[in-house]
Amino acid sequence: MSYNDRVRGIYQQQLSDIREAGLFKQERFIHSPQAADIEVEFPSGAKLKKVINVCANNYLGLSSHPEVVRAAHEGLDARGYGMSSVRFICGTQDIHRELEQVVTEFLGTEDTILFPSCMDANAGVFEAILTKEDVMISDRLVHASIVDGMRLCSAEHDTYKHGDMRHLEQKLQQWKEKRLRVIINDGVYSMDGDAAKLDEVVKLAEAYDALVFVDDSHASGFIGKTGRGTHEKCGVIGKMDIITTTFGKALGGASGGCVSGRKEIVEMCRQRARPYLFSNAMAPVIISGVLKAFEILKGSTELRDKLEENARYWRSGLTEAGFVLKKGDTPIVPVMLFNAKLAQNFSRDLYAEGIYAIGFFFPVVAKGQARIRTQLSAGHDKHHLDQALEAFIKVGKKYNILGKTEEEIIAAYGL
Amino acid sequence: MDDLKDVILEYVIAEYADEDDKVTFDTPLISGGLVDSFSMVSLKRFLEMKYKITIPDAEATPEAFDSVNKIVELVRRFIS
Repeated sequence: MSYNDRVRGIYQQQLSDIREAGLFKQERFIHSPQAADIEVEFPSGAKLKKVINVCANNYLGLSSHPEVVRAAHEGLDARGYGMSSVRFICGTQDIHRELEQVVTEFLGTEDTILFPSCMDANAGVFEAILTKEDVMISDRLVHASIVDGMRLCSAEHDTYKHGDMRHLEQKLQQWKEKRLRVIINDGVYSMDGDAAKLDEVVKLAEAYDALVFVDDSHASGFIGKTGRGTHEKCGVIGKMDIITTTFGKALGGASGGCVSGRKEIVEMCRQRARPYLFSNAMAPVIISGVLKAFEILKGSTELRDKLEENARYWRSGLTEAGFVLKKGDTPIVPVMLFNAKLAQNFSRDLYAEGIYAIGFFFPVVAKGQARIRTQLSAGHDKHHLDQALEAFIKVGKKYNILGKTEEEIIAAYGL
Repeated sequence: MDDLKDVILEYVIAEYADEDDKVTFDTPLISGGLVDSFSMVSLKRFLEMKYKITIPDAEATPEAFDSVNKIVELVRRFIS
């Protein structure tokens, strides 16, 4: 079939539907390294604007950290640019295995396998270790990549209400005849910023003979006293059977991910996980940068401590100003606006004030739960946060939402 | 048959709704964001077991599951 007018028309119509639904995503071009201060071209062709970034996953400020950049340069010189191979043919350098060992030690697991991304880790792990005889029971707010991974797996799947341990227990009882039960959570939920109650999950897992899976992408490196992740925060290091996480957020922010956990499970992934078997090994330059990121974290908790302090300062500043926030104690702080149009307008006005923060609305979050998701970084200094607070308050006053309750904001703007 | 409606509504509330969610026979479940398409599977499983029917995947669409009334309509077709 040629790409004729009829075919073109099909896609043009679909794109037009996406636009009409208000769901068309437009990228903003950043002309500087990822950091708290960035230079942005938006819309395309516009003059560059200096803004403060409060929506990156750059939790520890390592994305452009000089030591990480230097290590990446050295890795590039020493080990070359690419591997031109999957891992099991001729794509494994000693530094790939070194990083796997470093991650294992950091997370307190038995073994680790690297993937090109955590999306790939989540897409591959379930199919590699489960069969029709098993069941996956996931929290309803787990990340889309986990949902995709579960869809690719022949095991039964079921879901439980977000964070609802009673509902989870009902599901575990319901599926007690299965060969394996796997409880699946995010460590920190990226849209709401709340953390899984892994201690309670582990208790249920032990009572009902289930495995525990956690995707700690929004936690590895900074949640818990030494930044090991949500399992450290909940006091259950060593009890996670499967952890997936990313190096594309706090741990340098480039790319790559992993499955870390019980050694047999990791080995099954090495033998059977399709995204591992059929995609290139991580580039040595990235491995070198991630190794340096871990070295920095193992040497000191200074960055995660600063991030924690920044998050506390930011949350308390917004609360004092009268915004409605999602409850939590992580560096993800959602400012609730409820109405999708209001969230879009609020984000636009913040940008005009020099603050880069994005509005999220249905279908990314539930209907009537539109918000500006803010994310803190150890790269933020107090002056960044003060300037951002000032802008939030100015825009909040414009829309008359400061000091208003959820019901009052909904009454004024609708859902 | 009203019993069917009540049973399904009761299941939907217990399985998907939070305390402050108000769910009626016409509440849009999927387009309204109360039930996501992935979690819909447990509802399909419940209907199949409870009423001893098989709903082919092609019929188990988000549209057909979008309210208790629509689900009742679907289930009735397979029961008969």
